Amino acid sequence: MKKLLLASAATALLAGAASAEEIKIGIILGFTGPLESITPAMGAGAELAIAEVNAAGTLLGGATVTGIRGDDGCIDAGLATATAERLITGDGVNAIVGGDCSGVTGAMLQNVAMPNGIVMISPSATSPGLSHNNNEDNGLFFRTAPSDARQGVVITDILNDRGIKSVALTYTNNDYGKGLADAFQAAFEASGGTVTISAAHEDGKADYSAEVAALASAGGEILVVAGYVDQGGKGVIQASLDSGAFDTFYLPDGMYGDSLLAAIGDDLNGSFGALPGTDSDGATVYQGLASAAGFDGTSAFSAESYDAAALIMLAMQAAGSSASADFAAHVMDVANAPGEPILPGELAKAIEILAAGGDIDYIGATAVELIGPGESAGNYREYDVNGGAFVTAKYR
Amino acid sequence: MDFLNGLVVLANFVLIPATSYGAQLALGALGVTLIYGILRFSNFAHGDTMAFGTTITILLTWSFQSMGISFGPLPTALLALPFGILATGLLLVGTDRAVYRFYRRKKAAPVILVIVSVGVMFIMNGIVRFIIGVGDQNFADGERFIISARDFKEMTGLAEGFALRTTQVLTIVVAVIVVAVLFWFLNKTRTGKSMRAFSDNEDLALLSGINPERVVMVTWFIVAGLATVAGVLYGLDKSFKPFTYFQLLLPIFASAVVGGLGNPLGAIAGGFVVAFSEVTVTYAWKKVLTYWLPDSLAPDGLVQLMSTDYKFAVSFAILIIVLLFKPTGLFKGQSV
Repeated sequence: MKKLLLASAATALLAGAASAEEIKIGIILGFTGPLESITPAMGAGAELAIAEVNAAGTLLGGATVTGIRGDDGCIDAGLATATAERLITGDGVNAIVGGDCSGVTGAMLQNVAMPNGIVMISPSATSPGLSHNNNEDNGLFFRTAPSDARQGVVITDILNDRGIKSVALTYTNNDYGKGLADAFQAAFEASGGTVTISAAHEDGKADYSAEVAALASAGGEILVVAGYVDQGGKGVIQASLDSGAFDTFYLPDGMYGDSLLAAIGDDLNGSFGALPGTDSDGATVYQGLASAAGFDGTSAFSAESYDAAALIMLAMQAAGSSASADFAAHVMDVANAPGEPILPGELAKAIEILAAGGDIDYIGATAVELIGPGESAGNYREYDVNGGAFVTAKYR
Repeated sequence: MDFLNGLVVLANFVLIPATSYGAQLALGALGVTLIYGILRFSNFAHGDTMAFGTTITILLTWSFQSMGISFGPLPTALLALPFGILATGLLLVGTDRAVYRFYRRKKAAPVILVIVSVGVMFIMNGIVRFIIGVGDQNFADGERFIISARDFKEMTGLAEGFALRTTQVLTIVVAVIVVAVLFWFLNKTRTGKSMRAFSDNEDLALLSGINPERVVMVTWFIVAGLATVAGVLYGLDKSFKPFTYFQLLLPIFASAVVGGLGNPLGAIAGGFVVAFSEVTVTYAWKKVLTYWLPDSLAPDGLVQLMSTDYKFAVSFAILIIVLLFKPTGLFKGQSV
């Protein structure tokens, strides 16, 4: 017994000596709920960045980083708040990667992160409502995903380039759909286009013929479907094609998925859309790292999650401190020029440069460029549906 | 030409969809109304009975498809339908033996049976999700269109398209056949007559030697047939998902109550009343009116009475209005 005690005491001492500090990062995503199919790859992305930094072992002179997963349920603000509360006050996390959906992200920020002064970087919340232009977030909130206000402008540009002046618009009846629809309508009308009707549709219905009837009556050259690929969006497109109401559709980010091609078939040819994406080298590098780690790096928002975790740790190094109050101000510095460009897999190099007092420009897996109140400027991949496949047209 | 174009738009977006939806509701409402007339309670498990029958039919359809059996241009599901009806009939009779008979023997008040049926509903809900899962299932095959919008435009040279799906026509044809057979059965056969006698006056029927257990069993089997046919047609025409079948309960009850609970003719009329009001109230009339009215009167707005979000509210509203002013329904049924 005495020996055992001695041994454990010695181990504790050794462990204490080996790591100067133990940093904890909360990874709060909707591991249950409507996005549960993509959150595993998002969590794995964040953990990949953490593993990379740990392997280097040089962060803040030898600190180890632990990722702690928590569930926000995507649409359950109560659960999200409780989880964030537990991770911050119980586990004592230094920063949070999350949340994934806009509603719960706002709830966690207001109720827990801001009162406790903890930095949050969301990889996937895109609601324009989360743009804190007047510092309502005390400078604590960032996102590696672009705001849907930006997507509204991108859609407008694409439609104008193709000479489309009048569209019908339908959106899924939630924060995402409404936010995107409003952003797009404002941008499109400002550019001289006409939105003949902006009508909501509910997800999970068997029949969308009534919704389509109203859209068809209003008319328009094409139909913009701001919905979900496995939900009402697909139903609206199917019903439109069946009744001959619309032949061509614009597909925003929520409508990108191979399941749509499989469900609709050749009738979808000629439709087009755009989703966040970049042709930078970072994306390819990241996909290689992800497959080596055993998960799918092309899964939606997985790369953004890696970037969110990486930004947190690099900002800590730049500030020379793991306290949110200290490093919050450095997130923008490490994300943007000037400095040495940093791709995925080069976090050790970045830490070295920062430790030596240099400057970095984190490119990461998604060509991160933080603008305005700390959100991604947003790179979009425009594509056409041609011959039953998504064909990349160009990057915006 | 303008008049024809307007008519085509109206038929494409209002008349045809509402008629097939109405036929599906009518079949569902017939099942509800039969149970109300003969067993004297509102069966809340009806939506999930439809889902159960459809589930079995879907599973059989898939196995038929994998065996290479098909029904030519018609959906394979029609071949699987009789087996689905049989399985649902056995489930319903089994439920009756295990649950409802106990309360019937105790002469329990109808409201108790209603609550019992809510319990049955939750259990069936679970069974269906356990068997087939909660997601969308696609089991339609065969020819999709009788005439597609594009072909119609080329054929007629009109500016507007008109699409007629196989499933829409199938729904209407099958519904007419099922209703005709049901009425023949109720009015002409001995069993049908004994069922009506049981419904009119239970005690008198017992005195004239009608076996109540037999009447109850036949009723459940007919209800299983109606529910499965309605469910499969709805699934073929739209899509199958357990939750949407549960939601169908409201328009189905609205149809049965509007027509007059316990009155089969009323159930059919009610189905069409509810379907047509749901579709016409939420339809944007702009296009049709632009074709029909002179240019000076053409509307600028959408001429939409209510947004499509409020579709279900229309069923509620009709239900409440009828219950307030004509509790026995449009055709004389029992009051609720």
